[in-house]
Amino acid sequence: MDSGTPAAAIVERCQALFDDLDFNAVKQWKAAQPGRKAIGYMPIYVPRELIHAAGMLPVGILGGGDALEVIQGDAYYQSYICRIPRSTIELGLTGRLDSLDGMLFPSICDVIRNLSGMWQILFKDKYVRYFDVPQNYEDEVGGRFYVQELEVLREDLGRLRGKPITDDELNASIALYNDNRAAIRELYAYRSDKPWQAPTSEVYLLLRAGMVLPPEDHTTLVRDYIAATDRVARPKRDNARVVINGSFCEQPPLGLIKSIEMSGCYIVDDDFMLVTRWLLDDVPADASPLDELSKAFLHRSASTAAKYDTKREEKGVFLMKQVKTRAAEGVVFAAPSFCDPALLERPMLQDVLAKHGVPYTAFKYAENTGQMAPIREQAGTFADSIKLWSAA
Amino acid sequence: MNTNTVATSTAAARPAPAKAKPVVQKEDAMWLQKELINRNYMELATARADNRKVSATFVPGNLNELLMCFDFARSLPETNALQNGMRKKSGKFIMDAERDGHSEDVCTYVKSDLGMMMGGEIGPTGDPLPTPDVLLLSYTGCFTFMKWFELIRHKYGTETVMLHVPYQGEGKIAPNMRDYVVRQLKETVIPTLERISGVKFDIDRLRQYMRESAKAEEDLVAVLQSAKNRPSPIDGYFGAVYYIGPIFTAFRGTPEATEYYRMLRGEIEQRIREGKGPVTPDGEMGEEKYRLIVEGPPNWTSFRDFWRMFYEEGAVVVSSTYAKVGGLYDFGFRHDPENPLESLAEYCLGCYTNLNLPSRIDMICKYIDEYQADGLLINSIKSCNSFSAGQLLILREVEKRTGKPAAFIETDLVDPRYFSAANVKNRLESYFQMVKQKRSAALAGAH
Repeated sequence: MDSGTPAAAIVERCQALFDDLDFNAVKQWKAAQPGRKAIGYMPIYVPRELIHAAGMLPVGILGGGDALEVIQGDAYYQSYICRIPRSTIELGLTGRLDSLDGMLFPSICDVIRNLSGMWQILFKDKYVRYFDVPQNYEDEVGGRFYVQELEVLREDLGRLRGKPITDDELNASIALYNDNRAAIRELYAYRSDKPWQAPTSEVYLLLRAGMVLPPEDHTTLVRDYIAATDRVARPKRDNARVVINGSFCEQPPLGLIKSIEMSGCYIVDDDFMLVTRWLLDDVPADASPLDELSKAFLHRSASTAAKYDTKREEKGVFLMKQVKTRAAEGVVFAAPSFCDPALLERPMLQDVLAKHGVPYTAFKYAENTGQMAPIREQAGTFADSIKLWSAA
Repeated sequence: MNTNTVATSTAAARPAPAKAKPVVQKEDAMWLQKELINRNYMELATARADNRKVSATFVPGNLNELLMCFDFARSLPETNALQNGMRKKSGKFIMDAERDGHSEDVCTYVKSDLGMMMGGEIGPTGDPLPTPDVLLLSYTGCFTFMKWFELIRHKYGTETVMLHVPYQGEGKIAPNMRDYVVRQLKETVIPTLERISGVKFDIDRLRQYMRESAKAEEDLVAVLQSAKNRPSPIDGYFGAVYYIGPIFTAFRGTPEATEYYRMLRGEIEQRIREGKGPVTPDGEMGEEKYRLIVEGPPNWTSFRDFWRMFYEEGAVVVSSTYAKVGGLYDFGFRHDPENPLESLAEYCLGCYTNLNLPSRIDMICKYIDEYQADGLLINSIKSCNSFSAGQLLILREVEKRTGKPAAFIETDLVDPRYFSAANVKNRLESYFQMVKQKRSAALAGAH
C-alpha cells in the first residue's frame, strides 16, 4: 500500500494502537472525563453491550504479543502451558493494565478459567469475574441460566459505576454494537471480494483497534478504511484463498499473518477476535435486552472449539460455511502450542474437510514466534499445491 | 482430564506378599475392592451378551446413581486410561493416537483412550470393552472432557448428552448454577437416558441408591481423616487412590460399596488402635518422618516407583486434593435422597477441579493445619491444565500463608515419556532435606 494514502493513515493509526502495550488509548479515554471506568476482557466472547451500557470502555486483552518481554509471567506457568496467560500476567504485574478497573475471564478453557482465580489473588483491588456461558442451547435451560449470569454482570457493573444499568441504556448499546458488527461484516465481505485491496495484515489491525477504541469510533474507522482502500487500486495476485482456523485465543504474531500472505495466500476468513462477530446478526434493540442477548448467543452465534456441538453432524458446519461462502480453496489450521481446545478440535475439523475434499495444512505457533521462514515455506507449498493441483 | 481412581487388579495394587505380608484385615478390604473393579470390567465385557446398554462418563461429577437407574453397564474412560497406564499399555496407545493426527501437546488420557479404541473393543484387562451406547458428558471442572467425548462421537457415532456444570468462579455455588444443572437433568439428561436405555426413570430407585451413597461417604471420610492421627494409618494420596476406587466410579450407591467402606473403616480404625502406619506395596511403612499434603494427580505409568520414593524416606501423604476430584465429602457433602436431583447438582458443582483457585488454596492451607503437615508437594501434570494452570501461584500462596515449605515436581498421567525417575527423586530428596532443616530451625527457635 502506498504510504500517505488515507487507508495507510488508518492502518498506521491501528498499528500504533496495536504496538502500544501501555494502553494509552484507554488512559486517554478515561482522562477525557473524570470517573470513567474501563473493563478488560479476554477471548472469546463477552457481551460488551453491558460494559458499554454502564458507560465503561470494554478493552480486549489478547496477551502481550511478540514485543513484550515476559519475565515475571514465566514464573507463574510451567513450560507446557500456552503463552497468553503468562504474558497477560506480565502485563498486569508491570502495571500496564492499571487503567483497567476490572477484568472478565470468559469460559473458554481451563487455563483462562484458572487465570480468573489468579487475578482475584494478584489484583485484589480490581473487579474480577469468571464469565460463564451455557453449553446447553435451550431457552428454558441454558437460556435461563445465561440470562441470570447476564443479570449478575449487569448488577455488578451497575454497582461499580454507582447506578443501575437501565434497559434503555442496554438497548442503546445493543443498537450500537449491531452497527459495529454490521461494519465488521462489511469489512469481511469486502476482504473476501477483494482480498488484494484489504490484506489480512491490515484487517487484523483494524480488528485489534476495536479492542481499545470505543465502539462508535471503531465502527467509523472500519467504514472509513473500506472506503479509503477501495479508492486506490492495488495489484491483484494469483493467490490461494484460505481460511485460518484455530487462532481464536492466543494471537499469532502479526509477522505470521504477513508471512502467510507473502507465501501466496489470501486469507478470506478467520477466527481472530471472534468477539467482534460472535453474534451473527442484529440483536433486537427494542425488547428485553438480556433475553435478546441470550437468544442471539444460543441460536445465532459463531462456532468455535470452546463451544459444544450438540450433534455430530454439527461439527465443522460453521467452518464449511466459511469455506463455501468465501469461496476458499483451503484451510490453514494455525493454533497456539498447548491450546487444548484448538488442538483437540483440529482432527475432527480436518476429517470434515477431507470428506468435503477441502485441502488443509496445519502448524502451531506462539504469540512470540520469531522464526517465520518454516511457516512461510509450509504455507507457500500449500498455496502452490492448491494452485497446481486443485483445478485438475 | 486427569482425574481418577485406581483398581487393585495390577501387581502394583497389591502388597507384595513375599516382602511383607499385610495384615489380614487390610488384605480383605483390598481384595474386596479388586473384586468390585474386576466385576465391573466383566459386566462391561458381557454387556452385549446380556443385552445391556453401555454408558461412559467422567469421574468428577459422575452420576453413577442416576446411570444405575437405567441399568447401564458403566465405563469410566479416565479409569480405563490409568489402568492401561499401570499395565504399561498407554505409551503405545498414545503414540497410535498421535500417528492418527492428535497433537503431542494435548491430554494423554484422551490419547490413551482413543488409542485403545483404535485397537478394537478390548479393555485394559484384555476382556472385551464395548463402544458405549451413550456418552454422558458431565462437564465438571475440565474443558477437555467436552472435546474427548466429541472426538469419540465423531469417530464412532456414539450419542453424547451434555451436562454442563458451571464453574465456581466466585468460590460458591449460586442458586442459578444449581437450578441450571437440575433443569438439564430433568429436561435433557434423564429423557435421553430413558430413550437410549428403554428404562423409565424411577426417582425412588434413585433415592435408594443415594441412601447407600451417603453411608459409604460417611465411612470414606472417616478413612481419609484417619490420617490426622500420628502416625497416620493410611497414605492419603497413593493409598487413597485405592480407597476412592469404588466410590468414584461404578459402585457409588451400591450395597457392595457400602460394605466395602464399612470394612475398610474397620480395618483402618484397628490400625489406629495398634499405632500402625500405612501399608505400602512393600509392606508396613517404617517410621513416619514427614507428613505431606499433595496437590495434583499421580503418575500412573510409574506409580509404584513414585510411591516408593516417598515411603523409603519415611514420607507419608496425609491428605491430597486428588482424592477429592470425585467429591468433597470431607467438607460435609453427602448425597441427599430427600432432594435427589438438587443433591446430584450440588455434588457435580462441588468437585475439587470445579473450585476456583482461592478456594483450592484455602483447602490446602486447611489440610496443612488440620493434618499437621510439614509442607506441600505439587505434582504438576503436563496433561492436565485444569489442575496445573495456576499451581505455581498456589505454591507461593500456601508457603506465604502457612510458612511451610512447598515443592514442585512435574510428571504426566499415562505418558511414560514424561516420567523422569532420577529428576523426581532428586527433587524429592532435596525437599525432604528442606523440610528437615526447617523443622530443626523451628525447634531451635522455640528453645
